[in-house]
Amino acid sequence: MSDFVLETKNLGISFGGLKAVQDVNLKIKKNEIYGLIGPNGAGKTTVFNMLTGVYQPTTGTFFLNGEELKGNTQEKINHKGIARTFQNIRLFNNMTVVRNVMVGLHSAPEFKCTLLESLLRLPRHFRVEREMRERAKELLEIFGLLDERNHLAYNLPYGKQRRLEIARALATSPKLLLLDEPAAGMNPQETAELMDMIRFVRDHFDMTILLIEHDMSLVSGICDRLTVLNFGVTLAEGDVTTVLNNPDVVKAYLGD
Amino acid sequence: MTSLLQGLKNIKWKHYINYIAVGIFAILFTLMTFGGSLPQSTLYMLEEITMNILLSVSLCLVVGFLGELSLGHAGFMCVGAYMGGKLAVILSKTALGNGVLSFVFCMLLGAVVAGAAGFLIGLPALRLKGDYLAIVTLAFGEIVKTLFQNSSSESFGGPVGLRTPRFDKQYLFIIGFALVLLALFVIQNLIRSKHGRAITAIRDNEIAAKATGINVTKYKLLGFIISAAFAGIAGVFYSFSHNYVKAEVFDYNYSIEILIMVVLGGMGNISGAIISATLITVLNTELQTILTGDRAVLKDVIYALILIAIVIYNNAPALRSFRERFTPRAFVRRLLAKRKGNAYNADDDARWDVVPTKIDMDEVLSVDLKVVESTMRPDKEDKSDE
Repeated sequence: MSDFVLETKNLGISFGGLKAVQDVNLKIKKNEIYGLIGPNGAGKTTVFNMLTGVYQPTTGTFFLNGEELKGNTQEKINHKGIARTFQNIRLFNNMTVVRNVMVGLHSAPEFKCTLLESLLRLPRHFRVEREMRERAKELLEIFGLLDERNHLAYNLPYGKQRRLEIARALATSPKLLLLDEPAAGMNPQETAELMDMIRFVRDHFDMTILLIEHDMSLVSGICDRLTVLNFGVTLAEGDVTTVLNNPDVVKAYLGD
Repeated sequence: MTSLLQGLKNIKWKHYINYIAVGIFAILFTLMTFGGSLPQSTLYMLEEITMNILLSVSLCLVVGFLGELSLGHAGFMCVGAYMGGKLAVILSKTALGNGVLSFVFCMLLGAVVAGAAGFLIGLPALRLKGDYLAIVTLAFGEIVKTLFQNSSSESFGGPVGLRTPRFDKQYLFIIGFALVLLALFVIQNLIRSKHGRAITAIRDNEIAAKATGINVTKYKLLGFIISAAFAGIAGVFYSFSHNYVKAEVFDYNYSIEILIMVVLGGMGNISGAIISATLITVLNTELQTILTGDRAVLKDVIYALILIAIVIYNNAPALRSFRERFTPRAFVRRLLAKRKGNAYNADDDARWDVVPTKIDMDEVLSVDLKVVESTMRPDKEDKSDE
């Protein structure tokens, strides 16, 4: 067992001749809230896409709790314990809120039910369905979405859609949660609530969180440590105050 | 007694409404046949209706729930018709003769071979999206048709077609109803399970489904295989019903007609698919008998006008609010609200519990700018997350 929940070694990817991300070395400890920041186009989401198997890294590799996950498919990586949310919310829009979470519970070993059992309506099908719904409701209650559970996902207001996406990601019982700009499009009040919620998720679910964010109040408010990316390379890393006062970082954000 | 009543109350009738409706009609028509009050033309129409219900319900799985546009459903049917028909020819010369057992074997072979074809079409479906997949399925249907047309006369009859043994006509439609019930059993149970939820999740957002741990490959192939297998069964039924299989019948017009049944029924609505398959079959047959001679051309015109009217009714925003006000459900709610003295709230009528549909008519039947744009850049990948 490694000391770190997530460890990346020289992670990098090139699209043709373009080196989008090079030599990213992240070391995230358990129960840490780790920030990945950088100007637009720095390659932050590309790092997320590599960690979730959307892109295969061309150089380097990454480990979850010491297990190398590079080269796995997206669903396999999810089963191994990395769940994510998206910058532009991606819900199952035409499904109800509770069903969205139930899809997240699909691969849990305790809810295993073969196709044949479902088709023939054997007892296990009914038991699994009932238990999945119960578990989903518990999760929705934690996120304050229980009353809306039978609404279609796209009918939810923006803030609740964000919460539902996090609830769905947590339903897959991950060890590491990746949040891609969770505060995008939120007002200061909502951002403050979101910060409370992220801390709550860490404590309640014993979670380790890696997040991409542009909102500096959120970053400085909840992140334990930071890595700054600029043009695909690591500009700085370390604890929040040191990194944010680093002249290189200020220059990358504000220019000379 | 009370517990029995309680039990009856707890049954989700909504889940069984399709079985009940189909079952009632099956029993009704069976009794009428035994009473000898059904003319041959009605029996023939019943066979056509059950066959088209099979086709539309199975296509509904791919188009309505998996969210992939398939224009080759008649191709799967063609495979089933030829395979089942050929086996029936072979079996009729053996001890099995032309009995029910040989019928079952033919059904199985048709389903398996068509299901294998569905697997083959499912493979490109893993990489192709929307219009491109539609083109591939369209081509598949045409290829299958052409292959059978050019087969030798000893194997599948070639351009002349394949004559298949006669099955006892009188009771064939009852088997048709049984097959519809089987299809409903499999497809509805699939959709109302965790596996069906995974399939609808892929329809709604494939990227999110993958990130949520859904095995997209498995479920896409599963959807295509089951859908194609039932189309194959419908094809075998066709060969038994018509005693004659000719490849020309299974052209893309037929595929599109099946698609129309699904679309008119409301995508992802199985009851709707059943009703619209029935109505379209009846309409087609009736128009064919009424309009003879010079007036035969009017058939297509009337058919098209009715389609346009239904599509507008289903999609025009002005009509939509009208429709929502006057659904049977809204009527019941208004009645209940009046009785309780509560104000009627139109929001209550939103039907959260119905598995809803993703693709609407605009997306299927029109080529909008977005499509043109993506055609110009075929390698465009969705990187909106970047």
